[in-house]
Amino acid sequence: MATNSALMGFVHRRRRGAELFLLVLALVVGIGAYASVGLGIDGEVPTNLLAYGGWLTLLVVAAHVAVRLVAPYADPVLLPVVAALNGMGLAIIHRLDLAKDTALASQQLTWMTLGVVLFVGTLIVLPDHRLLARFTYTSGLAALVLLIMPMLPGVGRTINGARIWIALGPFSFQPGEVAKVLLVITFAGYLVVHRDALALAGRRVVFIDLPRGRDLGPILMMWVVSLGILVLQRDLGSSLLFFGLFLVMLYVATERPGWLVVGGLLFFGGAATAIRLFSHVQSRVDIWLHPFADPDGNGYQLVQALYGFAWGGLIGRGLGEGSPERVPYAESDFILASIGEELGLTAVMAVLLLYGLVVERALRAALISRDGFGKLVATGLAAVFALQIFVVIGGVTRLIPLTGLTTPFLSYGGSSLVANWVIIAILLRISDQARRPLPDLTETEDADEQATQIVKVVDR
Amino acid sequence: MNKPIRAVSIFCMFLFLALMANVTYLQFWHADKLNTDPRNARVAAAAFSRERGLIQVGETPIAQSKPIDDRYKYLRVYPQKQLYAPVTGYLQLGSQTGIERSQNKVLSGEDPRLFVNRLVDLLKGDTNQGGNVSLTLDPKAQRAAYQALRDTVGPDGEGAVVAIQPKTGRILAMVSFPSYDPNQLASHDREVREKAYDRLEANDHQPLLNRAIQTRLFPGSTFKIVTAAAAIENGDYNQDDKVPSGATWQLPGTRGDQNVVDNEGRGGCSPAEISFAAAMENSCNTAFAKMAVKVGPEKLRETAEAFGFNSDYLLDLGPQARSVFPESVVDTIDGKEQDARELNDAETARSGFGQFSVQATPLQMAMVVSAIANRGALMRPYLVDEIQTASFDVLETTEPEKLRDAISPQTAAQLTDLLVSTVDDGTASPAAIDGVSVAGKTGTAQRGVEGKPPYGWFTSFAPAKDAEVAVAVMIQEAPGKEIAGGQLGGPIAKAVMEAVLNK
Repeated sequence: MATNSALMGFVHRRRRGAELFLLVLALVVGIGAYASVGLGIDGEVPTNLLAYGGWLTLLVVAAHVAVRLVAPYADPVLLPVVAALNGMGLAIIHRLDLAKDTALASQQLTWMTLGVVLFVGTLIVLPDHRLLARFTYTSGLAALVLLIMPMLPGVGRTINGARIWIALGPFSFQPGEVAKVLLVITFAGYLVVHRDALALAGRRVVFIDLPRGRDLGPILMMWVVSLGILVLQRDLGSSLLFFGLFLVMLYVATERPGWLVVGGLLFFGGAATAIRLFSHVQSRVDIWLHPFADPDGNGYQLVQALYGFAWGGLIGRGLGEGSPERVPYAESDFILASIGEELGLTAVMAVLLLYGLVVERALRAALISRDGFGKLVATGLAAVFALQIFVVIGGVTRLIPLTGLTTPFLSYGGSSLVANWVIIAILLRISDQARRPLPDLTETEDADEQATQIVKVVDR
Repeated sequence: MNKPIRAVSIFCMFLFLALMANVTYLQFWHADKLNTDPRNARVAAAAFSRERGLIQVGETPIAQSKPIDDRYKYLRVYPQKQLYAPVTGYLQLGSQTGIERSQNKVLSGEDPRLFVNRLVDLLKGDTNQGGNVSLTLDPKAQRAAYQALRDTVGPDGEGAVVAIQPKTGRILAMVSFPSYDPNQLASHDREVREKAYDRLEANDHQPLLNRAIQTRLFPGSTFKIVTAAAAIENGDYNQDDKVPSGATWQLPGTRGDQNVVDNEGRGGCSPAEISFAAAMENSCNTAFAKMAVKVGPEKLRETAEAFGFNSDYLLDLGPQARSVFPESVVDTIDGKEQDARELNDAETARSGFGQFSVQATPLQMAMVVSAIANRGALMRPYLVDEIQTASFDVLETTEPEKLRDAISPQTAAQLTDLLVSTVDDGTASPAAIDGVSVAGKTGTAQRGVEGKPPYGWFTSFAPAKDAEVAVAVMIQEAPGKEIAGGQLGGPIAKAVMEAVLNK
C-alpha cells in the first residue's frame, strides 16, 4: 500500500508549455525541409512557402489548443513527434512531386487537415476513453464489414495487386487502416471482460502453462480471419499486423506467455503453408532472399531502394540531389528509401527514434493507465504502430520479406494518415486520463463530517 | 497487466534495434559495394553529371565537357568530330568507348592519383572535377594521315594509318576510315543518340570500328620484312648475299596451278638467283617463299613474336585484335579434328610472304618497321602521354618502355639498307621524300576470295639513319582504284612522314 499511496501523492505536471516548444521544433523540421527541397531543386525558396508554412502552423496550433482545452494532462511528446513526421513526409512527397511532375503533396496536406480535424474531434467527442468499451461488439462488426468490403463487387478495387481498397465516389480508401483501430477497441473490450477465463492454466509444458483447449476459440478465429485476408486480399502485411496485434493484446490481458507460444506456432505454421501454397507469397520471399537475381524485373523496386539507401550513405545526398524517383512507389511504401538517399542514415535513424518515441510514449500511457481497458487499448495501439513500422521498414531495408504497408505519417495515403491521427488522439486521451490527478476523496472517509455536511445553496 | 506491458516494451525495443542495426549495415558497411555495382544507374548518372576532364592533343582539347542546361549539367563535345573519334571514343550515360573508357577513372576524377585534388575540391566546396588526359598524337600527322587516307580511298573506302615514334613508342597518328561523329552518340537526346548509333551499326563500312587496332588482315608483302629479319638474324643470308628466286615455284609437296607461286609479272625476280636487295626491291614472292622454308617455321614464328605477333601490348586502348602468326595447324579429316601439328613447307612458304594464316593489324606492322628503325629495340606503343589535374598540373608522365630487342642492331641496319633501296630503286618509290632517306616496303595481300580486289599495305620509316617516325598504312577497300603495289599507300605514308619531319 505504501507504493500506492506514494503514487497517489504524485501529481503529473501538465507540461503543455513543453509541448508547445517541441511543436515549434517540429514545425522547423517540416517547414525547413519544405524550403530546402525548393532550394535543392530550383535553387530558390518555394514561392508558396509562407502559405504552406502558415497552413502547417495553423494545423499544429489548432491541435495544440484542442489538447490544452480538452486533454490538459495528455502526454506532451506524442503530438510534436507526429507533427514532425507528418511535416517531413509532406516535404519528401513534395520533393518527389517535383521529380515526377505530380501533385500528391497538396492532396496529402488536405488529408492531413482532415486528420487533424478528426484528431480534434476525437478528443472533444471522447472525454473518457472508457466510453469506447461500450462499442466492443459494434466496432468488431464494423471492422469485419470494413475488411470484407474490398471483396464486394462494385465497391472493391484492386490496386497494385492487393484487393484492399474501396471506392467512395472519386476517392479510394483503404478500410484496413480504420479496421485496425476498431479491432484494437474490440480486442480490448473483449479481453478485459474475459481475461480471467483465458488466463486459466491448462497443461504445463517446459515451464510454460499452455492455455486450456476450450479457450482456444478466439485465437483460432482471429487466425482464420488473418489467413483469410492473406489469401483473399493478397495482403501479407495486414494479415501479419492483425494477428500480431491480437497476440500481443492477448498476452498482456492474460499475462500468460503460453498464448505467445500457441500464437507463434499458429503463425509460423500458417506462414510456412502460405509460402508453399500461394505464389504471391512465395515470390515475395524469393525477392527478399535474392533481390539481385532479377534486378530489372521482380527485384527492381527493392534493388533500387537498396541502391538509394547506399547512395545516401551517412549524411545523404541532400534534398533534391539524389534520384529517389527511381524507386517505384517512392512516395508511399518506399518513402523511407527516399529519406535514406537524400538525408542519409542520420535522418533514417532520427525517423526510427521518432517512431520509437511514439511507441514508448504509448506504452508508458498503458503502464500508468488506471483501468484495464485503457491499458489494453494503449498497448494495442502501440503494438499496431510498432509492428507496422517493423514490417514496412524491415521490408524496404531487406530485413524481412516485403509486404505492402504504409509508413505511418510519412507515406502518401489518406486512409493511413487519418487513421493514425485518430490513433494519436486516443493515446492522448488515455494518457490524459492516466496523468490527471485523482479527485480528492480523503474527506469523505470521516463519517462525522459526512453527517454534518453543510450544503451551500447558491441562487442562480 | 504491467509486467507483460514491460515485456512488450522490451520486445518493441528489440524490433527497433533490429531495424537500426540493419539500416546501419545497409547504409554504412554495405553501401560501398552497392555504390560500385555497375548495374547501379545512380552512380552512372552522377558521374555523367560531373565536369569531366579534357582529352587533349598538345594544347588542343579533342574531348571536353560543356555546361548545358539540362538534368546532366554537362555535355561531352568532340570539336574535331571524325578526326579523333576512333581514339577518343564517346561518352554515354553509364558507358564509354576508346580513351573515354580506358582513362575513365582519371577523366571522371575517381582515380587515386587525383585524391588530393578531390580533397581540395571538397574543402573549397567545388564540385569534383575530373583530371585531364594528354595524348601522344601529333595533330599535324593525324590530320595529314586522315586527309590523305580519305582522299585516297574515297567516301566508300576503308583503311587505317598508324604512325609511331620509333625511339619511344609514342603513337603519333592513329586514323581509321570511315570514322564517325562522336557528338551525335554523346547527345543527351535519346532519339538523336539511338538514331545515330543505328545508322552507324547498319553501315556496311563499319565506321565504329577502329581499324588501326581492331582489324587484322593478311599483311602480304610487308611481312617479307619479318621473313628477311628472321633470315638475317639466324645467319641464313646477309644483305649482300644472293638468294634463290625464280619466275614461278611449285610449292613443296603440292600439285596443281593454285599452289604455284609467281611474282605477278615482276621480271626482276625471274633469275634462279638474285641479290637480296633485288628480292626486296621487286618484292619477289618466290624468293621469300624459299627463304621462309629455309629459315623454318619455328624461327620465323620466333621472329614474328619478337615483333609482337601473338601478344597484346597496347595498354591505353581497347578492344584490340591480336596479330597472329599461326602456332600450329589443325587438319580436319572426315570432319574429325586431328592433333595440332607444325606448319609444313608449303604453309611456311606462304606465311613467308604474309599469306596462309598470318594476320596483322596496322599497329602491328607499324611496330615491325618501328623496331627496325630503332636499331631492333621494340618499344611499347602508347597513347596517353600525361595525366593532369583539372588545373593542368602534371600528375604523371608515361615513361617509354622497351618491350624487348626484337632483332640485333646489325640485323636492323641490314634491313634498313634493304628497305631504303626498296624506296630508292624499287616498288616503294612513291614514299620517297626529297632530301630525306626513307626506308619502306609495299604490300599487296590476296583476300583468298576470287574476284575481290586485294588489300593494300605500306610500311615505312624516315629518316632511315635516325628515324623519327614509322608508319603503317592499310587500305582495305578503295572502290574504283588499283590497290596493288605502293601506288595508294605510298603517298599516304609520305604525307604522314612529312608532317612529322617538317614540324
